[in-house]
Amino acid sequence: MLDPGVIQKGLPLLDIRHLKVEYLTPRGPVHAVDDVSFTLYSGEVVGLAGESGSGKSTIAHALLRILPAPALITGGQVLFTGRDVLEMSEAELEQFRWSEMSIVFQSAMNALNPVMRIREQLLDVMQAHGLTGDEANQRAVRLFDLVGIEPGRLDAYPHQLSGGMRQRAVIAIALTLAPPLLIMDEPTTALDVVVQKDILQQIVRLKEELDFSILFITHDLSLLVEFSDHIAIMYAGEIVEKAPARELFERPLHPYTLGLMNSFPSISGEKKQLTGIPGSPPDLVQPPSGCRFHPRCPQAMSICSQAAPVTKTISANHIVACHLF
Amino acid sequence: MIETLNFANRANTPLAGAQSPDTPLLDVRHLTKHFPVGGFVKTRHVHAIEDVSFTVESGQVVALVGESGSGKSTTIRLIARLIQATAGEILFHGQDILKTEPKKASLAYRRQVQMIFQDPFSSLNAVYTVEHHLARPLIVHKLTKDRQHLQQRIYDLLSTVGLNPAPEIARRFPHQLSGGQRQRVAIARALAVSPDLILADEPISMLDVSIRMGILNLIARFKEELGIAYLYITHDLASARYIGDKILVMYAGHMVEGGESEEIMAHPAHPYTQLLLSAVPDPHAGLRTNQEIGARGEVPSLIDPPPGCPFATRCTRAMELCRQVMPASLHVSPDHWVRCHLFGPQKIEEVIR
Repeated sequence: MLDPGVIQKGLPLLDIRHLKVEYLTPRGPVHAVDDVSFTLYSGEVVGLAGESGSGKSTIAHALLRILPAPALITGGQVLFTGRDVLEMSEAELEQFRWSEMSIVFQSAMNALNPVMRIREQLLDVMQAHGLTGDEANQRAVRLFDLVGIEPGRLDAYPHQLSGGMRQRAVIAIALTLAPPLLIMDEPTTALDVVVQKDILQQIVRLKEELDFSILFITHDLSLLVEFSDHIAIMYAGEIVEKAPARELFERPLHPYTLGLMNSFPSISGEKKQLTGIPGSPPDLVQPPSGCRFHPRCPQAMSICSQAAPVTKTISANHIVACHLF
Repeated sequence: MIETLNFANRANTPLAGAQSPDTPLLDVRHLTKHFPVGGFVKTRHVHAIEDVSFTVESGQVVALVGESGSGKSTTIRLIARLIQATAGEILFHGQDILKTEPKKASLAYRRQVQMIFQDPFSSLNAVYTVEHHLARPLIVHKLTKDRQHLQQRIYDLLSTVGLNPAPEIARRFPHQLSGGQRQRVAIARALAVSPDLILADEPISMLDVSIRMGILNLIARFKEELGIAYLYITHDLASARYIGDKILVMYAGHMVEGGESEEIMAHPAHPYTQLLLSAVPDPHAGLRTNQEIGARGEVPSLIDPPPGCPFATRCTRAMELCRQVMPASLHVSPDHWVRCHLFGPQKIEEVIR
């Protein structure tokens, strides 16, 4: 548990500066995350939106230093309460993970060990941080209570729980040591919409009770607008726009953001023809020249294929990287 | 170009015989499927679908909406004749195909009823080119004259689904295409034989968000221009509304509500439909806090279920009757029916808004 005195007033909890991650492939390096910067303040929910190849999941793994080979962090800093995670030793990382920053993965079945009872998996995390015995078991019961599973199910195997319950179990494991920052990587994508709503409401309640911050990664923009304080839109490894959630929804600026918004039919109001975005996600080994979105952009100009746009601040907290501005 | 797809031939099929102008294209009646599970001594049954009835008219898009375990995929597989029904009738062009072709679907049926699957990669054969995938149905259903004619048909199909340049795409293998492109190949393959009905099992849920609308618009276009009917399965109510003329809602193997799609969205009658609607994230509605329409708990087991309405265990308005008897289908309005005891004959006026 993080000492509250360490979080100084006015400083971000998480400060990512010019992060670069590459995957080494036979065809050449894939620039999965290319000079990404953003901040997250204590108590906030920051949403990271993007599709396949945007780099959002790569960022999640990079923050916890759990990127598999052939991925390599090739630049930047990840400052967590002022300390650079990228400089931490293995020993420091072992303490850091779970107690200061933890993660909920997309498919709970990928995150849970199928041959261990859930209780053991919770206790495993606690034991790695010196918590054992009765105190650990009591905490396990309390955690299940918090996420809305009856504690009797602690002794079940993952396959004996429904999809929604498994995801709640994974959330319980992530909250075991009450970390100040929870990363959620598409936590509800594999779940039905009713279960999804249920779990998200639970997370909101938990966030208020336990006071943690969330980095919420998903392709579902409508979910982010409901759930986040700020949203950053990623395309081909870069952040193309970032703004407070409501502001982004009401005044989207980047053509990609507009295209994304144009990809979600509504369940109420007037029925309009939507177009989505033509074309396919870009090749990240040889990304398009200039602005990476230009081949698919309905408003592309000649400069867009020649020079990469510079990020500009449009208004309070609203930034965009586009030659239109 | 679309004319070359030869849709004029559709009416001249053995199965079209019994049809009058009012006959629905597809008329499913009391369809039931139970899967046996368990050992020798006492076999239990998963009631995957129970007493499901609905129709699809020519050129209509019917969206079948439900969550995991609702029975929507089983329903579509029964209509595709991939599995055998336990009970019920499937009338296609007015004839019960479960009686006229009990063991296996005829070639004629398979030409008129095509299917698109959820996973665009596994529904294509990785070792064959796009050209092969499109040639095969044309050859099997004897719709080609010679090699040159076949190739031209294939190029026309690829163009129609927006895959250009067609000759170049035709030479590619599935792994050389993006997810959206593969799904377009799957659609082209289904279109190749000029079907009357396309069964689409969550065709966009595995695609990137920005690609989905392109595929949905393609489906809508073929409905408008070629008069193809669709049975479109999804768990996403928003896309059901976007493309569906009619929406059918399934829960735990039962069809609980159905009707014209705007009517269902505006006036959902069944408590489950209301729950489903309230759960969809809708940024247009603004940030929403906890809804009163809620239901704790999860979908009940489908194995040897108790009598009564399957939603009774979660419904905030369940009555004793609900746990005993499955409600019959009642009309809320001419284009809107529901299976719920809240709409007993004396309660029709109190439609929940």
